[in-house]
Amino acid sequence: MKKQTKPASVKKPDGTLKRYFKNMKTATKVDYATYLGVILAFAVVMACQSAGLLNRQVTGMLVPICCYICMAVSLNLTVGILGELSLGHAGFMSVGAFSGIVASMSLGFTGAGDVVRLVAAIAIGAVVAAIAGVIVGVPVLRLRGDYLAIVTLAFGEIIKELINCLLVGFDENGLHIRFNYDGNSVMGDLGLTENGVEIIKGAQGAAGNEKLSTFVAGFVLVMITLIVVLNLVRSRTGRAVMAIRDNRIAAESVGINVTKYKLTAFVVSAALAGAAGGLYGLNFSSLASTTFDFNASILVLVYVVLGGLGNIWGSIVATVVLYALPEALRGFDDLRMLVYAIVLILVMLATHNERLRALLAKVLPRRKGAAVHG
Amino acid sequence: MAKKFEKGKMVPVPSHSIIPERDLDKSPILECSHLGIDFGGLRAVDDFNLTIGRTEIAGLIGPNGAGKTTVFNLLTKVYQPTRGTILLDGFDTSGKTTAQINRMGIARTFQNIRLFSNLSVEDNVKVGLHNQEKYSALTGVLRLPKYWRQEKAAHERALELLSIFDMQGLASHKAGSLPYGAQRRLEIVRALATNPSLLLLDEPAAGMNPSETAELMENIVKIRDTFQIAVLLIEHDMNLVMGICEGICVLNFGRVIAKGTSEEIQANPAVIEAYLGKKRGS
Amino acid sequence: MVFLQYLISGISIGSIYAIIALGYTMVYGIAKMLNFAHGDVIMVGGYISFCTTSYLGLPGWVSVVFAVAVCTVLGVVIEGLAYRPLRQAGSLAVLITAIGVSYLLQNAAQLIWGATPKNFTSLVNFAVPEFLSRLNVSGVMLVTVVACIVIMLGLTWFTSRTKLGKAMRACSEDRGAAQLMGINVNRTISMTFAIGSALAAIAGVLLCSYSPVLQPTTGSMPGIKAFTAAVFGGIGSIPGAFLGGVLLGIIEAMARAYLSTNLANSIVFAVLIIVLLVRPAGLLGKYVPEKV
Repeated sequence: MKKQTKPASVKKPDGTLKRYFKNMKTATKVDYATYLGVILAFAVVMACQSAGLLNRQVTGMLVPICCYICMAVSLNLTVGILGELSLGHAGFMSVGAFSGIVASMSLGFTGAGDVVRLVAAIAIGAVVAAIAGVIVGVPVLRLRGDYLAIVTLAFGEIIKELINCLLVGFDENGLHIRFNYDGNSVMGDLGLTENGVEIIKGAQGAAGNEKLSTFVAGFVLVMITLIVVLNLVRSRTGRAVMAIRDNRIAAESVGINVTKYKLTAFVVSAALAGAAGGLYGLNFSSLASTTFDFNASILVLVYVVLGGLGNIWGSIVATVVLYALPEALRGFDDLRMLVYAIVLILVMLATHNERLRALLAKVLPRRKGAAVHG
Repeated sequence: MAKKFEKGKMVPVPSHSIIPERDLDKSPILECSHLGIDFGGLRAVDDFNLTIGRTEIAGLIGPNGAGKTTVFNLLTKVYQPTRGTILLDGFDTSGKTTAQINRMGIARTFQNIRLFSNLSVEDNVKVGLHNQEKYSALTGVLRLPKYWRQEKAAHERALELLSIFDMQGLASHKAGSLPYGAQRRLEIVRALATNPSLLLLDEPAAGMNPSETAELMENIVKIRDTFQIAVLLIEHDMNLVMGICEGICVLNFGRVIAKGTSEEIQANPAVIEAYLGKKRGS
Repeated sequence: MVFLQYLISGISIGSIYAIIALGYTMVYGIAKMLNFAHGDVIMVGGYISFCTTSYLGLPGWVSVVFAVAVCTVLGVVIEGLAYRPLRQAGSLAVLITAIGVSYLLQNAAQLIWGATPKNFTSLVNFAVPEFLSRLNVSGVMLVTVVACIVIMLGLTWFTSRTKLGKAMRACSEDRGAAQLMGINVNRTISMTFAIGSALAAIAGVLLCSYSPVLQPTTGSMPGIKAFTAAVFGGIGSIPGAFLGGVLLGIIEAMARAYLSTNLANSIVFAVLIIVLLVRPAGLLGKYVPEKV
């Protein structure tokens, strides 16, 4: 043993603060640094905003970026921590967004305040997406590997089509919902009274929403998402989930209920995506279900993969950079998705090819504590 | 009540297993009777009867392909047996899942090492402690006092278990980066963490040199003595098997061909035939 | 009578799915990877055929040969550049790379040919006998079904009788052992991609003749559905892909006609999910449990 190993006692603030940090596990340090980074970024953006340094284009991006950070972090829980490839994550965002819009519009009809409506939208979005997560997860998580990927993709498409058939309105008699499966119903069939509001209009989606989302709400949601995911990962639940990812059979052999923990991780991930959807839905005056198609799922997957599977702060950085960069390069609109694709392929080759990895290891300085021999 | 263990009464099927002297007054931990499984038309294991005492170290040996690992997989319900019953501490295990079997008290290691290779050594052991920690996912997310208390206990317990093999210094290393021998030892520690009453070891000495094997032998006996559990092991290293196993069961073509102490097994013509082939002209 | 018409249209669209699914299943069976970009090779095939007929004014059959040639080369190049370096990597890494390739092809096509849909003129325009045209059977439908059956039989013969086909089956069973027996695994996998992509080109031409709108995303949905069909029939199995494709086409046509136009895709996917839950390896697939 060449390297010294970490002493046994951690997490106990005995002695000076310096010693506390020295004794802290690397994982814990990374977690705290992640929180700190997000808080600092928030403070900087707020300062710039009050100083009037941000133009409209940038301020318009702030809420979507927060939403996509939540999406990427929550997808990382499924793909990186649980190790199952989900290609339908945007479906849960869609469920969250539309149920959130319904909740906030309905509450608006009863005259509730903006903050209440926003919080309700996010909470309802999370709950409905969690329910969708259970419905999808129970059958899907029995499948393995590629089959699971293709079925999540199928579920994403099914959710999109179902929302396309949905007609929803609200009046003093409560919620009116009609499922337009044959394509013959129109909004008039809902039988809304004169004061009623039309909320979801089938394939047109939702229009005329009030934009209630704020950057502060986005920041809070990002922090909540981070706390949920990071604390979950560092708990017995998270260990069980990662054990299943690394070796399902061994996990069973030490008494872990594989179905239960797979479902837990999947549903938490879906709920967080739903919350992100709730926030996202109230950031635009109109929203169609095609916003959350297969391509949206892939986009988030790209953030997660480029940030590093299982690497939470990586997901955040990748999301911010990849969301902001194309917006900055608006002029090269045609090229930007092409560049995306090429970068995605190159990163996969660079990180997963033995020879390229060996080459990179030679060029880059060695990371500390990467491996022990002997 | 110091009732002497009677073979015919306690076990549904007469078993010729050798229960060590000190276990004779206790009921056996494991009783298999007429256990069997078919893969397609092949009878991989047939009419397998075995009884293991509370603190016995038993060996399961046999030529390659005899069905030894299949027996382990039947005991832990990786495969559901086609025939027969398994009683663990007197309880029937039929219809249970692998995870439930572990919670009932059987822990195992694998022939081809199956660690959680991206987790740290300590976390591997903590996964083994999973069912002894009792806080919910929500408590974990909110980090309530219960979380801190139990995590601290788990951390200390993990290091204590690792110290059996003098591995506490490796606690923060990634399990996948450990050398081969240490990985095998970590698997045993992880299995022990689940607080079993019967430990199944699948070729624990595979790939070890003679001095490592000798150390392992000492450690297996030490584990039995400190935890007061039964151990059933599959091993090809005859020095290990003859050295520490109090009872040995020999399997060939899925059937038990001999049971007894190491002396009895070494003298048994059927065993010699299974390993070396038939003598010419006899 | 109406039912018969729906059935026929289901069988013909199903035959296109089946041709695409055959390509998927070959690649999955041998390279053990989900080639997500397969659907986009179809689109490339369609565009190549479109360009040769519309811009160069060459006859239809030449354009098919051209499309097949280009797609074959494209398939081999994709395999060599993007997938071969990842032979030892996990399936997740390969799948994500394949998604990247799919994106690359779509966006490259958009750069070259623009996002506005092209109007593809059907390459098949002979008249069908009267008793068939009364059932709304068009020339394209006939050609599609015949092509599909011929390709299925051809592939079955190829994999069971020829040397290369046997090498493919060996690679599919155990790549390491095949290599030890002197089979060039890389070359065999390349050949598989070549065959799969050639099939995709044919499927592309037929698909565009069937529904003449050609745009960079033309291949995605048929690609996904064909993969669904391959999984449905049991991935890796040639008769399975054929059966899955045709059944999927029929289910889709029936769902559209009798249940709901808006939910046809959902119904198709729901059937897939149910089949996978009942038979995790598909209709004709073999389920291999993980060895302990």
